[in-house]
Amino acid sequence: MIPEIGHFALILALFFSFCLSLVPLVGYWQKNTVLLHTARPLTYLMSFFVLVSFLLLALSFMTDDFSVLYVSQNSNSQLPIWYKFSAIWGGHEGSLLLWVLILSGWSSAVAIKSRSLPSEVGPVVLAVLGMVSLGFLSFMLFTSSPFVRVLPEVALDGRDLNPLLQDIGLIIHPPMLYMGYVGFSVAFAFAIAALITGNLSASWARWTRPWTSLSWAFLTLGITLGSWWAYYELGWGGWWFWDPVENASFMPWLAGTALVHSLAVTEKRGVFKSWTVLLAIFTFSLSLLGTFLVRSGVLTSVHAFAADPTRGIYILALLVVLIGGSLLLYGVRAGQVRARATFGVSGREAWLLLNNILLTVLTLTVLLGTLYPLIFDVFGLGRISVGAPYFNTVFSPIALLLIVFMAIGPFSKWQQTSTSILLKAVLWPAVFAVVVAAWLAYSNALGWIAWLTLSIALWAALLTLKDWFAKVSAGSKGIIPRARQLPRNYYGMMIAHLGMVVTLVGILLVSTSSHETTVKLSPGESVSFAGYEFHFDGISHLKGPNYIADRGAISVSKEGTFVSLLSPEKRFYSTSRQIMTEAGLDAGFTRDLYVSLGEKLADDAWGIRIYVKAFVRWIWLGGLMMMCGGLLSALDKRYRNKVRGANA
Amino acid sequence: MHPIRKKRLITIAIILFVLSSALGLVLYALQQNINLFYSPTQIALGEAPQNTTIRAGGMVVKGSVKRDANTLDVVFSVTDFKHSLQIQYQGILPDLFREGQGIVAQGKMLSNGVFSASQVLAKHDEKYMPPEVSEALEKAQNDSTPTSSSVNDY
Repeated sequence: MIPEIGHFALILALFFSFCLSLVPLVGYWQKNTVLLHTARPLTYLMSFFVLVSFLLLALSFMTDDFSVLYVSQNSNSQLPIWYKFSAIWGGHEGSLLLWVLILSGWSSAVAIKSRSLPSEVGPVVLAVLGMVSLGFLSFMLFTSSPFVRVLPEVALDGRDLNPLLQDIGLIIHPPMLYMGYVGFSVAFAFAIAALITGNLSASWARWTRPWTSLSWAFLTLGITLGSWWAYYELGWGGWWFWDPVENASFMPWLAGTALVHSLAVTEKRGVFKSWTVLLAIFTFSLSLLGTFLVRSGVLTSVHAFAADPTRGIYILALLVVLIGGSLLLYGVRAGQVRARATFGVSGREAWLLLNNILLTVLTLTVLLGTLYPLIFDVFGLGRISVGAPYFNTVFSPIALLLIVFMAIGPFSKWQQTSTSILLKAVLWPAVFAVVVAAWLAYSNALGWIAWLTLSIALWAALLTLKDWFAKVSAGSKGIIPRARQLPRNYYGMMIAHLGMVVTLVGILLVSTSSHETTVKLSPGESVSFAGYEFHFDGISHLKGPNYIADRGAISVSKEGTFVSLLSPEKRFYSTSRQIMTEAGLDAGFTRDLYVSLGEKLADDAWGIRIYVKAFVRWIWLGGLMMMCGGLLSALDKRYRNKVRGANA
Repeated sequence: MHPIRKKRLITIAIILFVLSSALGLVLYALQQNINLFYSPTQIALGEAPQNTTIRAGGMVVKGSVKRDANTLDVVFSVTDFKHSLQIQYQGILPDLFREGQGIVAQGKMLSNGVFSASQVLAKHDEKYMPPEVSEALEKAQNDSTPTSSSVNDY
């Protein structure tokens, strides 16, 4: 019964999302307050039934109900309980349900907060969110319901969750990622609502900002977790592969970063209005595109996609309707929202404009690299792959330039900043940074690219701190009271920018100062590498809940003193008959020791991969700082309570 | 010039400059980093260029994997059931590399007709077949009338 009730709850949710996307809009056009006021209860009803169906699917997983096809494909009675829960989003159908659950979570949050919005804006925003839910709920019910039963031939046991996904990182990574890219639907809904109502005042940007910063923070965390997971789970020591699936989450992040910045300009200065609206549409469209790329199977092969096109075509149609519809609306209505205010060429607006241009260009280059093999394949030009070097070549110089602007930007004033003041403020830190970076690069035998990058990183960090210091030391109040007076928004920016610098330094050093080697070792043998001594103690066998494993013991010492005992594993998952490599890791602030077992060769010898990764933790540390920055600015006091008074 | 117009002109000039340099960069990078896939048949017919990074792949021929006793050198053959290609590699093969499995390798053709791989890719799924490989197999099947019993040998 439980799966049937779940399915039925989903149908009810679909019904309510249909009402939600229609009734409030009719109310808006007919100026009928009663209809407008249905938006909030309809949102709660829709969300409630989505939650019910999610919980019932969870229950099916917990009780090992293998008569449900999706459960039998993604779970197994031997699977530890927490993986049974995360197996809910281990496959296509369940990830869609998670997507919709998170979307209704955001919708309900907007509904709760919408009391402080002008009476006609909240319902229209909720109606737009309802349309997105409608699209995804119908997609799920028509093409990929997770509640399909296989009766009467019930499987005795499930096929098990893909071993790659049996990991703590994969329990939290997808929900965080989805929180991020589904969260951009709120900015999108606000943009569409502004186009429908024609009310695009500065308060519009203020309503949208906290939602956007919050989603951005979640997406940042999601991507950071994904990178960390890939690093330790795939056994190759890589932290970013420019894989299409990764790019699918990275593109909304880039566009979302641009959106966060252009919203700041729109709120403070009232310029870039129509651009900001377009960017909000663009960002959410990239989230949808990402979902399409990952979920339709189009990435593995255009032909595989053509062989089973129902799902792909449905998402494609959804994409065309949502993106096409919004762009059409934008084309018709954007003329009315053009800003009358102007901005100076040397003011902060100009720097933020540069930020937006560069981020948009970055997004487009990633988009091109991701879609290029698809285009090639569609036109029958052969099968190609666009390698990581493409992305590195194109991405790095533009991103570096962006960080230069990130360093200068906060020093400029709105409207006009005299060039000489700006130059004076940034010049000495620049000289200092270049000299220190030169010394660092020289003493560590790094090349000129590393020198340049280090200079920029150091400079950006110095300027960010200098700006803060100038702000807190001005006036007579004393540093600590002044520091406490600065808005959270400012601290958010500061921490996010410093996080960017930390990530940059991490990326630079891990790619210039890391060492790797592959060796053949028998138990008892050891190898000296990158200043460390790796001694292969031997192999032991162990049995996990749903796998058996060979565990290596490798003790590492440096100049005779013991450093760490690494235990890499080679696991064999018996149900899915897959082999998995678990790396042995010793994490550190300035370096990671990373060992993974290759194959067993003749006479007890093993092929072993050894990495010494310099500063790799900094990449994720910076990501976490950026996330904190986003959270802080979303929690700025200005976004609370004051909203109602200011809808001029 | 009118100040607003001047401002607009500067904005547009900057956008154009950034876009065109990005485009140049993209074209340059694409030229260097696109790796075309060649099937063993295409390589046997001499269609693949030398000293250019390409991808090649097929099913790993049973019994063809030979390891060096002292080093991590390994040699194996892949086939599309019409022609086969010898691949040499140094290092650790991926978890799912095994005989009879479809794999894709990235590397360069040597003048002696051996493919020197810098990277061997096999996906983390037993049922998974790289789309390039399954296409190449299909193509080789269609091009030749399968008179030999070669399919059963592998």
